[in-house]
Amino acid sequence: MKVVNQYVPSVDGKGIMLGRPAFTDDLAEPNSLIVKVLRSPHAFAKIKGIDTKAAEALEGVELVLTHKNVPQKAFTRAGQGYPEPSPHDKFILDRYVRYVGDEVAAVAAVDEKTAEEALRLIEVDYEVLEPVLDLETAIDHSSVIHPEEGIREMFPIGFEPKRNIAASYAMHVGDVDETLKSCDQVVRETFYTQAQAHAMMEPHTVNARMDYQNRLLIYSSTQTPFHVRRILSQALDVPISRIRVIKPRVGGGFGGKQALHGEMLVALTTLRTRKPAKMVFSRQEVFESSYSRHPMRIDIALGAMKDGTLKAMDCKILSDTGAYGEHALTVFMVAGSKVLPLYNKVDAVRFGGQVVYTNKTPAGAYRGYGAIQGNFALESAIDMLCEQLEIDPIQFRQKNMIAEGESSPIFEIMGEGTEGTAMTMETCKLDTCVQRGLELIDWHNKYPRRILPNGRIKSVGMAIAMQGSGIPYIDMGAATIKLNDDGFYNLMVGATDIGQGSDTILTQIAAEVLMTTVDRVIVYSSDSDLTPFDTGAYASSTTYVSGNAVLATAEKMKLMLLEEAAKALGCARESVRFDGQVFTTDSEETITLSQLSNRLYYNEDQQQLTATASYVGTKSPPPFMAGLIEIDLDPETGEFDIVDYVSVVDCGTAINPKLAIGQIEGGIVQGLGMAHFEDVKYTKQGRLITNDFLTYKIPTQQSVKNLQTEIVHSYEASGPFGAKSVGEIGIDTPPAALANAVYHATGVRITSLPITAEKRMAGITAKKGEQQS
Amino acid sequence: MKITFMLNDRKVTWDALPGESLLDFLRRHHVVSVKKGCDGSTCGVCTVLMNHKPVLACTVLAMRCTGEHIHTVEGLADEVEKISEAFGIEGADQCGFCNPGIALSLYALKRENSNAEASEIRQYLEGHLCRCSGYQAQVKAALRYIGGGQS
Repeated sequence: MKVVNQYVPSVDGKGIMLGRPAFTDDLAEPNSLIVKVLRSPHAFAKIKGIDTKAAEALEGVELVLTHKNVPQKAFTRAGQGYPEPSPHDKFILDRYVRYVGDEVAAVAAVDEKTAEEALRLIEVDYEVLEPVLDLETAIDHSSVIHPEEGIREMFPIGFEPKRNIAASYAMHVGDVDETLKSCDQVVRETFYTQAQAHAMMEPHTVNARMDYQNRLLIYSSTQTPFHVRRILSQALDVPISRIRVIKPRVGGGFGGKQALHGEMLVALTTLRTRKPAKMVFSRQEVFESSYSRHPMRIDIALGAMKDGTLKAMDCKILSDTGAYGEHALTVFMVAGSKVLPLYNKVDAVRFGGQVVYTNKTPAGAYRGYGAIQGNFALESAIDMLCEQLEIDPIQFRQKNMIAEGESSPIFEIMGEGTEGTAMTMETCKLDTCVQRGLELIDWHNKYPRRILPNGRIKSVGMAIAMQGSGIPYIDMGAATIKLNDDGFYNLMVGATDIGQGSDTILTQIAAEVLMTTVDRVIVYSSDSDLTPFDTGAYASSTTYVSGNAVLATAEKMKLMLLEEAAKALGCARESVRFDGQVFTTDSEETITLSQLSNRLYYNEDQQQLTATASYVGTKSPPPFMAGLIEIDLDPETGEFDIVDYVSVVDCGTAINPKLAIGQIEGGIVQGLGMAHFEDVKYTKQGRLITNDFLTYKIPTQQSVKNLQTEIVHSYEASGPFGAKSVGEIGIDTPPAALANAVYHATGVRITSLPITAEKRMAGITAKKGEQQS
Repeated sequence: MKITFMLNDRKVTWDALPGESLLDFLRRHHVVSVKKGCDGSTCGVCTVLMNHKPVLACTVLAMRCTGEHIHTVEGLADEVEKISEAFGIEGADQCGFCNPGIALSLYALKRENSNAEASEIRQYLEGHLCRCSGYQAQVKAALRYIGGGQS
């Protein structure tokens, strides 16, 4: 391969570093109205009265929106396929406010200062209600978070709003209770995970204008431009043909932009005023009023025999979706479906539980999408079980983990809110990942711990993980390739580059098939008028699903070119060879691609050559990885440095190895933030305390000393050039790997994330107390 | 009121609002390479050079820039292209929202310390938050740029 699996710099890196206008707010109309939102100071309240007269009278205010003057039609902001597996439980603006930061009213004014002044002039009479702030007491709480009429599930997801349940689910294979009883050793533990913040550097941004055809044109920093168009059309009752959504450069998403945030209010402002309008979330709004990760309580039981055979897994989860049920069921299911098949040889497995509403910042999609939560519980519990069995945790994993050619019944039972799809692991190099990881970190000389001369302790820990590659039978990607005169191409894709590099890797796929260079393929993505459909950047789907669509499109274009070259050369298509630049017949007559293109556009047989193809997966081949960490810990205080993190990944062929490593390392560091310091704190009244970068720390240049990242040789025949996905897998292993390393260093098993200095210290102190008594 | 200052080596006279930060002022005048990522001095994406030193544009009042030299990536295209080449080679580009700010700090670091090592680079860039990368590729790219194109 000449372009795929080769070093190719990002197609857009230079222009962006040079500061060319590329991001949503760079492209706003000058003099756009500024849209600002009045946000709830209460965790739960009913708006008894709202007086906007003074705000409306303020000079420079163009529009004030409240629940009284916006359409009252329930929808979901979740950017998912239609019908969505998320309940329609959100109104543009509502009589109820359900968390601190929820939308009460919106103001559009000529500038920011006037908009802010107008917000202060709105008088709201609240009936403050008792909030539900603890996921463990949410079900059947005396406060019902969604008592309103008109909300619904699109298909059965276990939606019981009167009980504060957004979704519920249960499945089992075999008899888990009986199997656990027959096991020599059973470990039971409860784990907790926190509402990690996405903290992408570009805040949620949207602007709108009416274009010269009097259509609504939206620029949005979204991961799902086609879902944005559909949801706006449905909620605002505007024909979908009257809306164009353009996704420009997006400054990171991680799932946080797999939803509508400001789009509804900005679109409504422009529709009502006919003037351009824009909104840029403040960082406080990004923290408080966009999305977070679903916090979970995970009760897990594992049973095994003395010989190290894992027999049963039982996993019960309570997940907190916050005020709205976006991605509630699907994140919950991934905590099982992309975690439990790691150990596919068990006799019995059970998974189930509920997703509850609370009066907190809504949870939504977030890289890992449940898998990181489930992985923390499972991979911690596996180490605990091995300790009890006195079996080496590496050998235990090697004996019980999934391998190439194998399957799991879970794949068929559990899908994205529906039934799943049976599949066999055509590629699974998990064994190689583990083996190579052990070598890279020098496990056998370091496991479990070494006491250094200065009294500090160095220890290691590890975890294995899997993810998916798109949602079978649902995620669809499409591409169009257009030939231009002189023989260069345009590649139009619905796929959504949010910084992960999909524009670059999709260009590489097209260039490889067409045997040309990246600079001869000009990519344009995510414009609902100009590019074909794509469900968007989520579920680790772009390389596999959209990549397969680009592959098929480029193959089609190649056939069309051969056909036209044969015509031009007066022979049969079968007797023409093409090397990317020159067509040659069996009798060695030639025409160049440039000549052929110019012929097609200017001279003879004139026509536009355009190829389009789509792809929808029939399976979701999982990428796999082993993550291994080494820490250097002070046994007195529990303070530690992360010395090294080793990642060995089976993502199939890496279309662009450097960008793939960037995805893995970015995931690792984000996962380490969740693992040990990205703490989420609320006041007793339900206000988020950790709502800026001073109170919510994300990893910096100094957080991790060294990362070693390798991609193993693997070829997934169903993927483009053998590729699977790589966007999410990197985030899954750090919590469990770190928990296991901390245990090896201290003997303290921390079961709730993040594994903060306070928790480590408390554990060490308690341990010393035990030893003394 | 109008203020006159040197932007990328050109004298400009633009109106500034009372209390307006240099960040909001530049973006309002469509210098959009300077990004806004937080509510004040915590993320690094609005970094510009003021008299050749990196500053956070959100913490400087526009009025204070009268007569001063402000540089953004638009005015240092030759150096920024070199930094970008290094980022490309090391696979350090992701969303790029933080890249203009990082480029300006790297340019300043090279002027201050043309032998900067990895640990010094990490320290110098600590204020530039990046949520996409694991930072390691940025450090490799920085070493390459500071070393004159060699890693």
